[in-house]
Order: sequence, then structure tokens, then C-alpha cells
Amino acid sequence: MPKLLKRALLLLVVAAMLAASLCACTGGTRPSTGPSAPAQSGELPTQPGAPDGENSVTVGIAQDLDTLDPHKAVNAGTSEVLFNLFEGLVKASPDGGVIPAVASDWDVSPDGLTYTFTLREGVTFHNGDPVTVEDVLYSLRRCNGGENDGVPIVSSFILDSATGESLIRSIEAGEGNQVVVTLAEPRLEFPYFLTAAHIIPADSGDTIGSDPIGTGPFSFVSFTPQESLVVKKYDGYWGDPAHLDEVTFRIYTGASAVNSMVMALQAGSLDLVIHLPNTYADQVGDGAVLQSTMKLVQALYINNAVKPFDDVRVRQAMYYAIDVPEIIDMVCDGAGVPTGTSMYPAQQRYFLPELAEVYTQDLEKARQLLADAGYPDGFDMTITVPSNYAQHVDTGVVIADQLKAVGINAEVVPVEWETWVSAVYRGRDFQTTVSGISASDMTAREMLVRYASDHSKNFINFSDAEYDEVTAKAQTTLDESEQMELYKRAEQILNEQAASLWLQDLCELVVLSPELDPDSFTFYCTYVLDMSSVRFK
Amino acid sequence: MAKSILKRVLLLIGTLLLVTLLAFIAFSVIPGDPTEAVLGLEATDAQIAAFRERMGLDLPLWQRYLKWLGEFVTGDFGDSFNFDMPVAQLLLPKVGATLTLAALAFALIVVISIPLGLLCARFAGSWPDKVLTVLDQLAMSVPGFVLGIGLMYLFALVLHWFRPEYVPPSAGLLPHLWYMLFPALAVAIPKSAMTVRLLRGSVLGELGQDYVRTAYSKGRSRSSVLWGHVLRNAMIPVVTFLAMTIAEILTGSIVVEQVFGVAGVGRILITSIGNRDYPVVQAIVALVAIVVVCCNFLSDVLYRVMDPRIDGR
Amino acid sequence: MKRKNWYLTVGAALTAVMAAWTILGFFWTPYDPSARSAADKYALPSLAHPFGCDYMGRDIFSRALEGAGTTLTIAAAVLVIGFVFGLLIGALCGYYGGAADAVVMRLCDAVSAFPSILLALVAIALLGRGKYNIIAALGVLFVPSFARLVRGEFLKQRDRDYVKSAKLMGVSDLRIIFVHILPNTWPVLLSGLTIGFNNAVLAEASMSYLGVGVSPTEPSLGYMLSESQAYLLKAPWFTAFPALVIILLILGVGLVGEGVRGQLGVEP
Repeated sequence: MPKLLKRALLLLVVAAMLAASLCACTGGTRPSTGPSAPAQSGELPTQPGAPDGENSVTVGIAQDLDTLDPHKAVNAGTSEVLFNLFEGLVKASPDGGVIPAVASDWDVSPDGLTYTFTLREGVTFHNGDPVTVEDVLYSLRRCNGGENDGVPIVSSFILDSATGESLIRSIEAGEGNQVVVTLAEPRLEFPYFLTAAHIIPADSGDTIGSDPIGTGPFSFVSFTPQESLVVKKYDGYWGDPAHLDEVTFRIYTGASAVNSMVMALQAGSLDLVIHLPNTYADQVGDGAVLQSTMKLVQALYINNAVKPFDDVRVRQAMYYAIDVPEIIDMVCDGAGVPTGTSMYPAQQRYFLPELAEVYTQDLEKARQLLADAGYPDGFDMTITVPSNYAQHVDTGVVIADQLKAVGINAEVVPVEWETWVSAVYRGRDFQTTVSGISASDMTAREMLVRYASDHSKNFINFSDAEYDEVTAKAQTTLDESEQMELYKRAEQILNEQAASLWLQDLCELVVLSPELDPDSFTFYCTYVLDMSSVRFK
Repeated sequence: MAKSILKRVLLLIGTLLLVTLLAFIAFSVIPGDPTEAVLGLEATDAQIAAFRERMGLDLPLWQRYLKWLGEFVTGDFGDSFNFDMPVAQLLLPKVGATLTLAALAFALIVVISIPLGLLCARFAGSWPDKVLTVLDQLAMSVPGFVLGIGLMYLFALVLHWFRPEYVPPSAGLLPHLWYMLFPALAVAIPKSAMTVRLLRGSVLGELGQDYVRTAYSKGRSRSSVLWGHVLRNAMIPVVTFLAMTIAEILTGSIVVEQVFGVAGVGRILITSIGNRDYPVVQAIVALVAIVVVCCNFLSDVLYRVMDPRIDGR
Repeated sequence: MKRKNWYLTVGAALTAVMAAWTILGFFWTPYDPSARSAADKYALPSLAHPFGCDYMGRDIFSRALEGAGTTLTIAAAVLVIGFVFGLLIGALCGYYGGAADAVVMRLCDAVSAFPSILLALVAIALLGRGKYNIIAALGVLFVPSFARLVRGEFLKQRDRDYVKSAKLMGVSDLRIIFVHILPNTWPVLLSGLTIGFNNAVLAEASMSYLGVGVSPTEPSLGYMLSESQAYLLKAPWFTAFPALVIILLILGVGLVGEGVRGQLGVEP
């Protein structure tokens, strides 16, 4: 129960750079720089399975799973993997939309407040039991805080983050195999929120963390912290069955995580690695290398509530002092996409590329702004970085060096990922930090509403009256074009105010062993590692 | 003799109590207590009070120590803050990996150093001795983890003798042991160098003793003297040194495990330190200290058993 | 006898070279150690970059210079703390003996039961990361071993005739400890210092390698090694040169210690 409380406020939102998202929306160029070109897409599968006859693969992941309970997962890296075990009423589709999963379809009332879901026939849990209305009611209610004093544990269900009041008024059984959800306020993006509300067996809340039973294409075999998660194909899956019989997710943690994965790739002991920094492109052995962006915003996130960063001139000065193209050159070999605000380019309809041009390096301007703010000689500061993400650490190091030019003396402090989550993200006990934030539910909303001044995820303590007004209005409107204009305005404010030093959407690689069919890897718009489509050549 | 050992045992128990007390206190005087870490920042005062009572944090320090010690002795190390499981359950597989590594390293030290030490002593002053002495000094200067990186480069990346990725025991005992051989070498080589040095000095020291000269004067051959008389006495400091080395092997393993990605105690220790997962760190610290104290005790007792010249003062 | 001198000569020469090289790094490096260059990423060792360049195009020679400086500064500071306090505690305990001695030594034994890197890691867990925390933690941890060493020597010396006669002549205890006895213990202390120095270098390098050491903006040899491991196949020189510097540092001082012990017939 305490853990529940702890996690209630920050479900699934934080994405570190490796634990972020991939997608085909704009990125996902394939095949690319791999020394051995991937097979022709029309080639027939002549060899069903690996050379050793086992139809199983080992996947490297650079983050430990914080829990196996899909509702309580904090790390994007966890939900990315659990995607293979669990499904919601709807789930993410590769093109950035939502598709029916446990529900076969749904209706929305004209006022946008009532959603009626019809459950799909023939969906079963991994233990063989069919999914019933009771299971769905239990799962949704649990996500909505049923076992947490009414405070929703799926964060996008929270209406008022100060009181923990829920967006959902009621979750009831409808006619036959229907479930009716009533909202307090309309939300255009509500189906997206439901991708995080995974369906689990009724009353399994106490056991789901050790015995995860879902409806996904793979079922649970074993989990050893710091070592591995093993899953196997679920034969009773309602949809397209998985091609692989067994998948082992091998866990790499700590400062040497990426190093170890690269070496394992070189030696051929890993079949698939995602979220690999693209600077490793030429050292990953003879597999196929697919290039993509991470669908996150890497930034020097600034705690707007502490001195001297509460002064907009200081933040702007820092933005003018740094050289974003050089950072991209250093950590992404130039392949990252500059952002300029809290939006990543895959959100094509919302992304404003011109914002990345606003703060080009101008040391004179930076010094002037610092002097105006009362810091003509600069100041000392710390940059906290999660040590398991080499790119964030390196970015911190480069920024620290660039800031020296205007007299700002920055110390880079690496911390473990879990400490970053609890101290920086949750505790907001930091000055600045380099990390990546992505949208757990693929919505533009998720990237923007979080910086409203009283929002529980506003870890940078940004506070701006106009911003609060714009985002509040954008959330409740039922007019999509008005919503888009409001979100764009919000993006501009984040840039004008230099709420943080928005840097880039990182470039990253997916590496598949030569035996795997590179065309079978599916890119998503969010952090999903869908193993069900992956197959051998 | 028996009395002396009894006294040592009592001393051992005292030291064990002292080190567990130190391990306990170190984690009890830290600013703040686990309450915040477990309950989060939003916890209410009532929740905090209930939690403190449940965890026994409202008791005086000495009562908490006794309670902790009682639970520790029965194998209850508390719950990890970070992983949703008891510390004992979390540590069990890791302890296995680390003990395998330590045992392999220890075996390697014995296998490498004793023949080489004797070789050096046998040919003291001649070229094999000189070459080995130089190598010895070099080996002692290479930190275990640097050696580990070197072994990794040579045997995994260049020669492909093993894949640079941890093979858990579940993948088969032999592959596991084969993989562990390389980190064990990284731990063992610097320690072997010291053992060779010690054994060489010790044998040479014994060879200068009167009884050796007496043996020669009785017409015994050089090797019969070496094997029959000298070795037993010369091994005394070596055996006690080896017993004490176990502690250093464990420490060396912590770092070398990280080089080779071995999912052992060292790895979980580093992670838990970074995350301030105190129950895990505390349990590991106490366990390691207990092993070290017991090894020192063993070395002490061995010394006394093997060398009757030392009185039980 | 000839070989013993050889140890000392080679060791002293090597140490002198390494020390001079490191001290040079405090004043001058061929390049700014943190200056990056996209064009020089993974550059091979060459005349312009004798140790090559790393993954951000930074000059490894300059970074190794700076890194050796960081590592040596920490080791020296640790040694000073450990030595000064160890000397005081050991000298007083050894000279006076008694109940205080028994208690202090038992405590030293108990602390020594924890391997020093383990304790240093725990200290970092409690204190937080950072150069000064490492110095403090390692320094304190080095006190017991020095204290025991010094105490042992004082125990041997205090019953010698020269001490007794000094006492009879009414020389103060402090004077006896620091002026009469101390100079007679220096061979053992020197040998202890060389061992302590190597342990300190090793501890700092290990901790930085493990990622709980100095800040990444302040390169130390151990941190460079942890950075370099991912590029082992692509840029082996990135690993090789920092490793070589560490090995030469330890080797030089180790040889000096060996030479001192051999010269004076002291056991370690």
C-alpha cells in the first residue's frame, strides 16, 4: 500500500532516453547502416527458427523492471516490456493511434462524457480464464484508485492533482458484455489514457506483482531482478499469435549497462537491442541496424523554483550560452533532432521546428542577461544525471563545459536511475538535470499539461499564469483545431520562458541479430517493444 | 591449546557482535529514516507514526539492534526498498554467484602460487626466479578490474574464448564455471603474485634454519629436505595468509563483477548503494564482515594448530 | 644486495618520472582536457595526439594527465589523513598501552574487518558522492591500518634502552615519542606508506570505475576506464593508456616500497 501511494503520482511518465519511445511516424528509417544488409522483404522464411533450432531470442534492456504490476509501473522501460504481457481495453497501434484490444469497439456520447465499451469475444487470460465484465470493472476501478483511497494510480485519470480527484465519475457494467465509463469533464484523448489501464483478473491486485497474468501475446515465465525477465508465447491469444516461442529480456543496469550490451552484441549473445545510442552504430557486430528517434524531449530540466533559476533571464542566459548543435554532434553524431520546446518531432501536427532556432548560441547576449539578473560573474550549480544513460551523462558534461564560457560553474552529479526518479522527479530536489521526457499515452497533452503550475508531474516547478490558462482550456475543449492552437501556444510559452533548456529528440538504434528478420520489427509512436511481430528470417 | 582456542572463540563472538553493531549503527544514524523512502513524500503524520511503530523505529537503539540481530540470525534481513521482495530472497542467487567466483579465485590462487612460489625458492637467484620476480612485481601492480578489462579484451573480443556476457548457473553449470573462470583470474592473479612472494620468502627463510643444515649434514637430498621438512613449516604463513585473502577476494570480486557483468553481490551492492536501499546494503555489509571475521579467526586458529611453537598466550 | 638496489633505483626513477609527469599536468596540458572535436572522435594515437582521442574527440593524453592529477591528489589527501591520525593514535596507544590501547585496538580490528572498498562504498551511500566525501571516507578508513602499524613499532621500541635512558633523563613523553622513537620507525612507516599509497590509488580508481567516485566533469583514471570500456574493440587505446598510467604509478611506488624493505631488512 505505501508503494502504491508513492507511485500514484507518477505513473509511467518519465522516460529516460533509452526507456523512451520509438516510432515509425517520422523516424524508423530502415534498413540502414548495418554492415550486412537485411534480407529482401519478399524473401520466404526458409529457416523457421534460429540455427540451433530454438525459436527463442534474447533482448537486452538497459533498465531494471521496477515492478511486474502493470498499473504500478513507473519506468517507461517497464511498461515497454510489459506491453507483451498485458493489454487494456484499447492498445497503442504502431501509427500513433489506438486500436481495440480487450474491447472490440466503443461509442462516445455526443457530450463526450460517456464511453460504452463492448468486450471482445474469446479473450482469455494466460491462466485460460475468459475475460469477464467483472475483470474489466475490477481492473479499471483499481486503476482509478479502488485500492488506493480513491486516488487514481493511472496518472492521466487524475483530474485535480492537488486533491487526487479522479476524472472518472463511474465505471459500471452495461448491457450484456458492455462496460460504461462516465467522465467528469470531456477529454478528447480519453481512449489514449486507457492504454495504460491494463486488464488483469478480478481481485488479483495482491498477486499480480509476483504472478503477472494478462491477456497479451506472451505469458510470464520468470523474473530475477538485475538478471532477466522470461516470457513465452501464449497459445490462447485472441489476436495474431507471436512468432517466437520464448523471449528473454536480459537486464543491464548501472553505469556499464550500455557498454555491456554493446559487447554482448559484438559477441552475438544478444539478438535484439533497442534504444542504443547511435554513436555505437559501427560497433554492434553484423546485425541489422535500424535508426530512429526516441520520441522524447531531452533537455536540461531546470528547477524553476530555486535560485537563481527562478529568474527567467538566468534561464534564457543559459539557453543562449549553450550550443545545441554541438551537443547533438557529440552525443548523437549529429543525428538528433533539435526541439526548442516540450514536443518531439514525431508529433507532427503539434511540433514547431522554428522554436529550435530561437536560442542560438550568443555568449554576449548570455553575459548581458546574466548581468541584468545580477550574476555578472556567473554562479555555481549542479547538473544531476541518471548514470545508466551515457547520453544524458555526456550531455551534462558538454553543457557544463559550455557554461564555463559565461562564468557558470556546473558540477555533473551522476545518480542511479531509481534515485533520479525518487529524488529529482518525485522529490523535486535538484537544481538542473539532464533527462528525457516522453508521453506515456502518446498525446501532445501529456507533453504539455504536465507543466501547469499545480500539476503533480510539473517537476521543474514551472509557473506561468497564461500557461495554466491555455493548458486548462485545451484539455476540456471538444474542438480539435482549437485544442491544437492552444497546445501550440503552450509550446511557445515554454520556449519564451526558457522553462528548461530544451535540447533534442535523441537518435537511437535498434539492432537485430543477422538471423532475425529486420522487417518484422515494429516501430511504435510510444515506448512499446512489441515482440509479437519479431521473427526469424 | 584447547583453552587458547576457546578464548579465541569467545573473542570471535565478541568481534562478531561488534561488527554487526557497527553495521547496524551505520545505517541507524543516517539523517532521516526509511519512513520517507518507503512511504513517499505525501505520507500523512498518522501513516508515518503507524509505520514507525510497525517497523519498531520508535524503540530505543539497543532494542532495535537486538531485534535486528535476532532477525538477522534467523535469515530475515528485512525487505528491500527498491525491489518488491525480501532482502534474503533477493540476495540468495547473488550470493551463489559471488561465492562461486570467490571459490574459483581461491582455487586459482592456490594452483598458481604454490608451484610458482616453490619454483622461485628452489631456483632462488637464477634466471627463472628473476623472471618470475619481475612478473610478480608487475602482476601486483595491475588493479584487478584493469586486469579484468584486459582479459575481457583478449579472451572475449579478440580470441572469442568466451562471450562477454554473464552466463547464469541456470544456463548450465559448466558454461557458468567457464565464464566465471575469467573474472576469477582477474581476482586471482594479483593475489597470487603476493602469495608467490610470501612463499618464496618463507621457504628461503626456512632453508637457512639449523634443522635444514642438520638434514643436509645427514646426507638428505635437496628435494627431500625441501618436500619433507621445509614445506610444512614454510606453508604456515602462507596458509594463514590465504585464509585472510578470502576477505580480499570478496572485495576484489565486488569490482571485478562489474567489469564482467556478473550478477553477484557486488553488482546488487553498487545498485543498492546508488539507490540508498539500506536494508540490502546493511545485510551485505554485515554478511561480508562476518565472513571476514570468521576467516581471520580461521587463519589465527590454523596458525596455532600448524605451528606448535606459538604458545596460547 | 644488488637486486634490492635495483628495485629502489628503478622504482624511484619510475616514481619520479610519473610524479613529474603528473605535476606537469597541473600546469600544462597539450589540449584543454574537456575540449571536444567532432572531427577527432576516436582518433588513433599520432604525433598530434600521442594517446589518441576518445569518443568526444577529446585528447586522451591531456585527459590522462588531468586524471592522474585527480587520482594522485585524492590518494595523497587520503594518505595524509590516514597517516597523521594513524600516527597519533598508534603512537599514543603503543607508547602508553593500557585499557585505552586495548579498546582502541579492538575497534581498529573491528573496522578492519570490513574490506576498505566496501566501507568506502557504504560511506558514499551515507554521505553522497563527491571528491571530498571520498577523501574523507577513505582517509578515515586508512587510519586503523596505520595505527596498528605504528603501534606495533612503538611497542617494540618503547622498552629499548635509549627510551629508558631518555626517560631517566627526564625527557617529556611527547618528545620521546616524536623526537626519539619516531625517527627509528621510519623504515617501517615508509614501507607502510608505499602500500597505503597504492591502496589509495586503487581504491579511488575502483570507486570512480564503479561510478561512485568523482564527478564526470573531473576526469580521473578510474572514470576514464569506465567510460572507455564500451569502446574497447573500436578504440583500445582509450582503455590502454589510462590503464598503463595506473599500472606505472602503482608499479613505481610498489618497487620503491620493495626496495626500502629489502635495503633495511624490514618485513612488510
